[in-house]
Amino acid sequence: MRHIISLLMENEAGALSRVAGLFSARGYNIESLNVAPTEDPTLSRMTLVTIGSDEVIEQITKQLNKLIEVVKIVDLSEGDHIERELMLVKIKAIGDDREEMKRLADIFRGNIIDVTDKSYTIELTGTSSKLDAFLETIERNMILETIRTGASGLGRGERILKV
Amino acid sequence: MSVELTGAEITVRYLQEEGVKYIFGYPGGAVLFIYDELFKQDKVKHILVRHEQAALHAADGYARSSNNVGVALVTSGPGVTNAVTGIATAYMDSIPLVIISGQVPTAAIGQDAFQEVDTVGITRPCVKHNFLVKNITELASTIKKAFYIASTGRPGPVLVDIPKDVTQQKTIFDYPSSVSLRSYNPVSNGNSQQIKKAAQLILSAKRPMIYSGGGVILDDASEALTELVRSLNFPCTNTLMGLGGYPATDKLFVGMLGMHGTYEANMAMQYCDVLIAVGARFDDRVIGNPKHFYSEERKIIHIDIDPSSISKRVKVDVPIVGSVSEVLNELIKLIKASKEKTDAHALTEWWKQIDLWRERDCLRYDRTSTVIKPQMVVEKLYAVTKGDAFITSDVGQHQMWAAQFYRFDKPRRWINSGGLGTMGFGLPSAMGVQLANPNGVVACITGEASIQMCIQELSTCKQYHLPLKIINLNNRYMGMVRQWQEFFHGNRYSESYMNALPDFVKLAESYGHVGMKIEKPEDIEGALEEAFKLKERLVFMDFITDQTENVFPMVPGGKGLSEMILV
Repeated sequence: MRHIISLLMENEAGALSRVAGLFSARGYNIESLNVAPTEDPTLSRMTLVTIGSDEVIEQITKQLNKLIEVVKIVDLSEGDHIERELMLVKIKAIGDDREEMKRLADIFRGNIIDVTDKSYTIELTGTSSKLDAFLETIERNMILETIRTGASGLGRGERILKV
Repeated sequence: MSVELTGAEITVRYLQEEGVKYIFGYPGGAVLFIYDELFKQDKVKHILVRHEQAALHAADGYARSSNNVGVALVTSGPGVTNAVTGIATAYMDSIPLVIISGQVPTAAIGQDAFQEVDTVGITRPCVKHNFLVKNITELASTIKKAFYIASTGRPGPVLVDIPKDVTQQKTIFDYPSSVSLRSYNPVSNGNSQQIKKAAQLILSAKRPMIYSGGGVILDDASEALTELVRSLNFPCTNTLMGLGGYPATDKLFVGMLGMHGTYEANMAMQYCDVLIAVGARFDDRVIGNPKHFYSEERKIIHIDIDPSSISKRVKVDVPIVGSVSEVLNELIKLIKASKEKTDAHALTEWWKQIDLWRERDCLRYDRTSTVIKPQMVVEKLYAVTKGDAFITSDVGQHQMWAAQFYRFDKPRRWINSGGLGTMGFGLPSAMGVQLANPNGVVACITGEASIQMCIQELSTCKQYHLPLKIINLNNRYMGMVRQWQEFFHGNRYSESYMNALPDFVKLAESYGHVGMKIEKPEDIEGALEEAFKLKERLVFMDFITDQTENVFPMVPGGKGLSEMILV
């Protein structure tokens, strides 16, 4: 099953490589990973999307907790949570396709943030599956390039990850 | 008044303040300032090894036999890469070490400088934690953290990488009296509800089994374990790492378990109905195939300081995260106070079954052989040292025979590389053991292949007058490799034979030690007695043993505990 694991860690050089190294050394999957400092500059928050059985996810969270620089960890998928991912996609937009692509972007509540005579760049935010759905509606040869941030997330309401 | 000290001075002052008696190391460019400070004092004694791997193993043996943090000092680049085997060895067996490594000056880092490696990167997967100290103001607090992390929770090696310029710079030194890390708070008390559940389950057991590992040794919990086992009259087994955790000469002890464990220990593991695992981790050499292990139903209580050890290979019913000594003491209290008692009738039946298994006499071997049987050497060693020696070993058949035939009644007497299985560990670790126990009798049981992996340390032993007794079980084969090739590879002894062995007697003598060669079974005892009388000398005893003796019982890889090959 897909899990979104969120962790707070010391904002120190090498902390990221400890997490990445743990995943490769123990053979766990990383679907996506993102990290940036929080409002407290001594802390970074990382969101990791991984796939595994309950036993594997249990080991992943335990092993992450063992890393000295990891301060707190939560498996967001264990409860109510909000998930967002940002995607930028550059698509061909020539002739009739220009109108069609604009309509598609509107339907998915995307913003066209860069326009040339041959292309649009669309900014799209949502759950990872929404972004997947958007890409599936466009013919593969129309897509010039894509970049995705990987999922970020927060627990809903009272579910707070803070030191 | 505060004084300004250099980074090198701070490092050495810090070791003094921590009460470090010995530091094992090898000098080099990046650590010259630290060595200069070591030269100017005599509180911390430096032991000069002949290879950095040995520095780590010696610090490791020191730590294992004394419960102090072992300290090693190596230079940058090859100093560190040589040390990696020793660091990984300590990591796999959860041994508290602090490794100080030199690094090229901060400005040179990343420039492919002479003797530069990414030490933090290379050691990351085999340390509990590591640090690169880029700022001298952080040096003292970092070393403090290193000692704290190494010795608390599940212990392990911690490395502090110090660039050369940081050892030269000056700052005001304040000994950091306390340390706290918001991201590291190891638990010690177990959850009391879980402990209650465990006590109930223990008292309801019909066919109980207590299985203890290295965690009992590391947490100095063998007294508590012994009290618990005796109060319950339950059978007890130890893992390879846990030997000495429960007295091996006690009737409740059923021997070591696992791949080369006793028939009775493995059968009792497989067919018990309540299993109490204490500071052990159900690894592949202990329970064999987990699916086969699951094929019998049993309830499992698992006590361990490391949550990630619990339900890793085997799902357990009552997990208790905590210091094993504290949890065991709580359990003892609860069981004493409980109105319920163990089922005496069921227990009698269970012991009858275990005694039947014992009758298989699974460790028997040919005692009438005219060539030396390695098992007999270990048995005689046990007799001559009255069971009171510190025994280190290398890795292979001799290690298993040592574990099977030297009966350890006390913890911290059996020193071996259980997790990583590092050949070359025996001799250098014995040096650390001897330094930690200057009045102790220390023997290294080894083989002619393993001993050659760190043989250069005979020179270190000479320099520091370490009167070790080296028991070389010389079968002219890499015995365990040969055994697997005999069993599983159609007797094709691919590269497991060495036909250019040195004359170990002359070799020992050339290093300034005493060498002995023993070729007949009837000479074993006399030779051992003679060797142990030479209290001031290192004696290298080369026992020419049966070439094709195998270690039994054996649970082949991928098989279950009740599928042993018996002699």
